[in-house]
Amino acid sequence: MTEDHKGPSLEDLEARLSAARSQHDRSIGKGSSKDGKNSAQGGFGFAMRIGTDLVAALIVGVGIGVLLDYWLDTKPWFLIVFFLLGAAAGFLNIFRLVRGYGLAAGYTKVDEDGDGPKGLKEDVERNGKRRG
Amino acid sequence: MASPLQQFEIHPIIPLNLGGVDVSFTNSALYMVITVVLCAAFVILGMRRGAVVPGRMQAAVEISYEFVANLLRDTVGNEGRSYFPFVFTLFMFVLLGNLLGMTPYSFTFTSHIIVTFALAAVIFIGVTILGFAKHGMHFFSFFVPPGTPLPMYPLLIPIEVISYLSRPISLSVRLFANMLAGHTLLKVIAGFIALLGAAGVLPFVFVVALTGLEILIAFLQAYVFAILTCLYINDALHLH
Repeated sequence: MTEDHKGPSLEDLEARLSAARSQHDRSIGKGSSKDGKNSAQGGFGFAMRIGTDLVAALIVGVGIGVLLDYWLDTKPWFLIVFFLLGAAAGFLNIFRLVRGYGLAAGYTKVDEDGDGPKGLKEDVERNGKRRG
Repeated sequence: MASPLQQFEIHPIIPLNLGGVDVSFTNSALYMVITVVLCAAFVILGMRRGAVVPGRMQAAVEISYEFVANLLRDTVGNEGRSYFPFVFTLFMFVLLGNLLGMTPYSFTFTSHIIVTFALAAVIFIGVTILGFAKHGMHFFSFFVPPGTPLPMYPLLIPIEVISYLSRPISLSVRLFANMLAGHTLLKVIAGFIALLGAAGVLPFVFVVALTGLEILIAFLQAYVFAILTCLYINDALHLH
């Protein structure tokens, strides 16, 4: 019984060790980078984030609109404008999230060297490897 | 039968009134204190011996330490090291709060929007101050995506500002909604067990599975909270 367990667990340990080592080497080599944040969490967390990011921007937009209308006595106008801006901001959030431009507000600049967004490129490479 | 929402009720344990403001020590506050004490005990007791070959407790502490340290290094890089204490505290507080809420008869303080919003607001304000401290007025260039033509500024800047302001909302709502929905669902389905009699085995199995899922979500949400904090710090340090 115990010997049955020994073999696979040692192999498993070896595999995990080498995986951890290669990951460590990779991150040391890279320094500051943004890899591994999209792949690290499962689909559920990702889906949850898309929902809240869209709604949160709408809430902020509508909130600003209602407050401005309340102060300036211009009823529906600011609400309409900021509702649309909030919706746009929500979609912008999601666009960035899905394209891997970084998880939240603020653009992560496309690489200046001209080889495309970092996360995207690595994703493509990884997918290629998996297929091959 | 008790309402499924009864578990979220806040009741004062030590009523206290300071200058007309109700600052009672509530069950929510009690569980936060328990979380902080547990968190401190976990780390202090775990690292008491500081052995080269860690025991079980020490290994658990080291795993959580390295988990957050790796997270911070992967997202922010080496400059992120000085923010480790903040992110680690935040992660442990949210994680233990979520897990403590999973024990029967306990109270989940992360299921209250005001708690999660306060945490998110601290992060948001802190990160904004950090951005200003690092970049001064240059921080405002954060709201202008690079390569934007001038006529688009009046449209894009409000969108960017709204997108930036939506951060604390989405951060807090995500954690709060997950915990609230999960715990309510557990209670609702658990209510069916007694109602269905012998057929109650079915919802019982479901509740067992859901409890496992809830523990997973407790981890996941603490992780998401920590990783988003790291990303916001990264954004403030490097702009774009």
